Amino acid sequence: MTEAAGGNPQLSGLAGSGPTTQSPPAASPNDQGSFSPWGGFSRRSPLAALILQRLALSVALLFAVSLMIFGGVEALPGDFATTYLGQSATPQAVENIRKDLGLDQPATTRYFQWLGGALQGDFGTSWASRNSVSEQIGKRLGNSLFLAFFAALISIPLAIGLGMLAVQFRDRLADKVINVFSLAAISLPEFFVGYLLILFFAVQMGIATFPATVYDGMGFTQRLSAIALPTATLVLVVLAHMMRMTRAAILNVMSSAYVETAELKGLSGLRIIARHAAPNAVAPVINVIALNLAYLVVGVVVVEVVFVYPGMGQYMVDAVTVRDMPVVQACGLIFAAFYIFLNMTADILAIIANPRLRHPR
Amino acid sequence: MRLRAIPLSAWIGIAGIALALFCAIFAPFIAPYGESEIVGDIWAPMGGDFLFGTDNLGRDLLSRLIYGARTTIFVALAATILSFSLGMLLSFVAAVTGGLVDQLFSRFNDLMMAIPTLIFALVVLAVLPQQLWILILVMAILDSTRVYRIGRAVALDVAVMEFVEAARLRGEGTGWIIFREILPNTLSPLLAEFGLRFAFSILFLSTLSFLGLGIQPPAADWGGMVKDNKDGIIFGISAALIPGAAIALLTICINLVVDWLMKRTSSLKGGRGDA
Amino acid sequence: MPEPSTANLLSVRNLKIEATSYPPGEPPKTVTLVEGVNFDVQKGKVLGLIGESGAGKSTIGLTALAYGRGGVRITGGEVLLDGQDLLKLDHAGIRKVRGARVCYVAQSAAAAFNPAHRLGEQVIEASLRHGIMSRAEAEKRALHLFNVLGLPNPETFGQRYPHQVSGGQLQRAMTAMALCPNPDLIVFDEPTTALDVTTQIDVLAAIKHAIEETHTAAIYITHDLAVVAQITDDILVLRHGKMVEYGTVKQIIEAPTQDYTKALVNVRGTGREEAKDQSDTLLKVDNVTAGYSNGFKVLRDVSLHLPKGQTLAVVGESGSGKSTLARVITGLLPPQEGAVTFDGKPLPPALKGRKNEELRRIQMIYQMADTAMNPRQTVRNIVGRPLTFYYGLHGKQKTERVRELLDQIEMGDRFLDRYPAELSGGQKQRVAIARALAARPDLILCDEPTSALDPLVAEGILKLLLKLQEETQVSYMFITHDIATVRAIADSVAVMHRGRLVRFGPKSKVLSPPFDDYTDLLLKSVPEMEIGWLEKVLKTRRMESAGN
Repeated sequence: MTEAAGGNPQLSGLAGSGPTTQSPPAASPNDQGSFSPWGGFSRRSPLAALILQRLALSVALLFAVSLMIFGGVEALPGDFATTYLGQSATPQAVENIRKDLGLDQPATTRYFQWLGGALQGDFGTSWASRNSVSEQIGKRLGNSLFLAFFAALISIPLAIGLGMLAVQFRDRLADKVINVFSLAAISLPEFFVGYLLILFFAVQMGIATFPATVYDGMGFTQRLSAIALPTATLVLVVLAHMMRMTRAAILNVMSSAYVETAELKGLSGLRIIARHAAPNAVAPVINVIALNLAYLVVGVVVVEVVFVYPGMGQYMVDAVTVRDMPVVQACGLIFAAFYIFLNMTADILAIIANPRLRHPR
Repeated sequence: MRLRAIPLSAWIGIAGIALALFCAIFAPFIAPYGESEIVGDIWAPMGGDFLFGTDNLGRDLLSRLIYGARTTIFVALAATILSFSLGMLLSFVAAVTGGLVDQLFSRFNDLMMAIPTLIFALVVLAVLPQQLWILILVMAILDSTRVYRIGRAVALDVAVMEFVEAARLRGEGTGWIIFREILPNTLSPLLAEFGLRFAFSILFLSTLSFLGLGIQPPAADWGGMVKDNKDGIIFGISAALIPGAAIALLTICINLVVDWLMKRTSSLKGGRGDA
Repeated sequence: MPEPSTANLLSVRNLKIEATSYPPGEPPKTVTLVEGVNFDVQKGKVLGLIGESGAGKSTIGLTALAYGRGGVRITGGEVLLDGQDLLKLDHAGIRKVRGARVCYVAQSAAAAFNPAHRLGEQVIEASLRHGIMSRAEAEKRALHLFNVLGLPNPETFGQRYPHQVSGGQLQRAMTAMALCPNPDLIVFDEPTTALDVTTQIDVLAAIKHAIEETHTAAIYITHDLAVVAQITDDILVLRHGKMVEYGTVKQIIEAPTQDYTKALVNVRGTGREEAKDQSDTLLKVDNVTAGYSNGFKVLRDVSLHLPKGQTLAVVGESGSGKSTLARVITGLLPPQEGAVTFDGKPLPPALKGRKNEELRRIQMIYQMADTAMNPRQTVRNIVGRPLTFYYGLHGKQKTERVRELLDQIEMGDRFLDRYPAELSGGQKQRVAIARALAARPDLILCDEPTSALDPLVAEGILKLLLKLQEETQVSYMFITHDIATVRAIADSVAVMHRGRLVRFGPKSKVLSPPFDDYTDLLLKSVPEMEIGWLEKVLKTRRMESAGN
């Protein structure tokens, strides 16, 4: 059996490449030269090896990001003590403040103190309000997540449904209408959508509340009604992107040779989609969802400002305006962590969904 | 290329962009009033002397919209051109050189992209002084990460083709390979990408201005105008929506043109194969 | 015409197929792909559809399943399956035919199998879904078919995923999938084209055996007349979507009436005597070992040499390292051990270390002329660039020389300002040859320059290369997997297998016995234009294994 021993170079090449473009070298079946324990492990169970790699990569990335956020602030011009006190500060006052804020210590010491604190959930005190940053974030993070969660809950099924609809009616009227609307929707700035909704539903029709204030002890339904408009804004903004990407991902699978094979087997349309297209479309669609969730995390910043909603985004923007560095750093790190986490989840789910990696040769 | 082959949607897009550019270039000649000239009551209604009414300080909204086109388009275009040049240069060098240079550039790019653009901009702008060139530079550098990623992918696609290898075997230098062999074959997708980046820059600049971190008053720019007039919304005054709509319309126009360019690229690819 | 039979399973009458093309920048237009095609397939018989690319053979084959690929429309004629016109059926009716009465085997089984499901499930799916047999029956039949098709470990083969088996095995699994529901007719669409010759013969034998065993009728589509001669009863020759000749295998192979068919049958007629004196060495490769940085060695200890003005054919299957050898000689992949000597002087191992004069003397021609030429440059610029680069020619002088070169490759100056996309496959390869000639090289490395071309076009290119060698005394190192090409052009031959040189010397010695095992297998696997060749080879093989 010549071809069994010789192996098909095209196939073995494919087996090594992960779902993303940057496939790590350890997954390549060609590295017969390496006999390290890791090489052996990655050959025996490439799936676990790849997942471990993604996890390690994300941790390293987060560490590098923390360095960048801290070091970037450090390296950039402008003295915070002066900023903090205003232009008229006496040198003595500046000196005192520097000592007070710990700015007289070397940067490395302060970085490790900051990082160590951050890992334990302590982000120091705000320069502006002298309050604990962690306390503020504790309240506001929940609010932001509440908002993002409901936006995701509505937009994900809607986007996938519309994407499938567009594929089903490809190049027909429904698809074209969806295409034009989604093209328009990705062009709208969040604040424009937000104010449009406010003018319409809160001011003119009076059926929604503005501003979207939430406070402790507020009932669940009250909260829901308060976030109705911000959620709608987020959904509208993220929906178009997600739908267009879903449509592209499903179309890609539907035009593959194995779907043609299924059609030539005389299978029903439903079975072709459920049995032959769906398992292969799962990975790209998961990727689309995770990417857009990451986008949602950023989207909350603007929407919170528009609706005066007490979340992380507004906290950060306010802090940037008054140059309240501990708050800016803390918020920046948390946003980046969510972003990295979601991208990592997308990668890992896509790896798991890939049959070539789940069933190594 | 024939004009007839351009679809209606692309024509609408081209017309919209042309109108915006016209306003931007000839703003002092076509605006009925000055950029920060107070001409009437606060939030005067539409019609009469003021086509779009007046703003929160009693300035003519139409005039500010026309001047705003100038600021918004200039800053966004400058940032896009800068980010494109930077991203393209680095990505092509990475793709052609390969090896360590490629690894170094690409890993650093991954790191930059691990932080969401808006969050990154907020952190950086919190520290830097508020000046126009700094704003343009920050926007350009952050955006160039996206350009780098797509530029590298496109260049790698072309760089592995045999005609590039043939040029290498002939002994051609890196300059020839990039500018004569690779670039002409990547123009179409890159032009589409330029449009996308420009649309994104307009949205991003407007968002920053809306958050009070972009262009500083009294200069008119569309995002800032939304911020100025947002308090009127509660009283049912739509002054904030007009500059918002301007942003939306210009972005839609750009996207219509981009959509056509992308379809054109893919149909060129599809049309080349044998039956 | 074959004698009419009352037992016609499939009758195609006056078939017309159209498609809409969308040329960029122009209004869409309708193109006729196939017109006026008639043929019959009797029960249990095999019809071969043969033609070059663009002849419409796959398109015609798929009409047996009433399927148009990528916007292709069947606009006229009748496709009668047991007297019933498939084109008049509604969608539900067609579904009952597909996968039950008519099945399809694609050229690329690797793409046609769903990567998410086990092979066994996919093989029995159509049988279950059409209610033809129970799961147990289907599994039993699949096991039987795996056995018949000679798949390894038939009991567990069905539990594997498509990416876990080789290309040749996948192609056989696809045949099993088509045979499983006991169809009346199977359409084989170039099932062995993507395979190596030594694999092709196994798959071919397996398909033939399975067809005979199950008494299924089949349409076998290929561009290789020698292959179709082994497996079919009748042959339909197609060109540009029209019928050229239709008859029994015997008539088509032994007494073709049309000029086009005659040319196809005699395509491997080119040949020449090898040079007697092979002593004046131009290129010498000494003990070269090469591979990639991860330690995988693609070439091991290869030594060969090439005399001036002659042709060395390097022959081997995919993965034999023959293209890597060319990369080593060009300097794209510096060898890990060993050296390359050119015209008596050692060549610097890496491309970067070589002078322009050294680069000029070695030129290259690629398999895919499509990707070997910049699509944004005209013929004038493609051929002219080496003239400017190596000889500093400009303006009139340059144009004059480009014209000369176009004359040499038998193309006129009307091609000067055409882009590659406006040329046919053969014309593109000619322009690529002109580009190589422009440098006035001593050696041209030809990496399978004819294997992507239709047989008649390929023959034209080979003749051109031979003519140019006489005119310019250029040497060729000709990389190929095709023994017929080797016979046609080589003076000396190197046979490669899994990175090693297994045989090297003058053509007359290498291609005559006694053979080593691999060369023997390789030579015996090349289909010959002779009815009954396959049986003969299989018989000698069985005798040999019995003798061992």
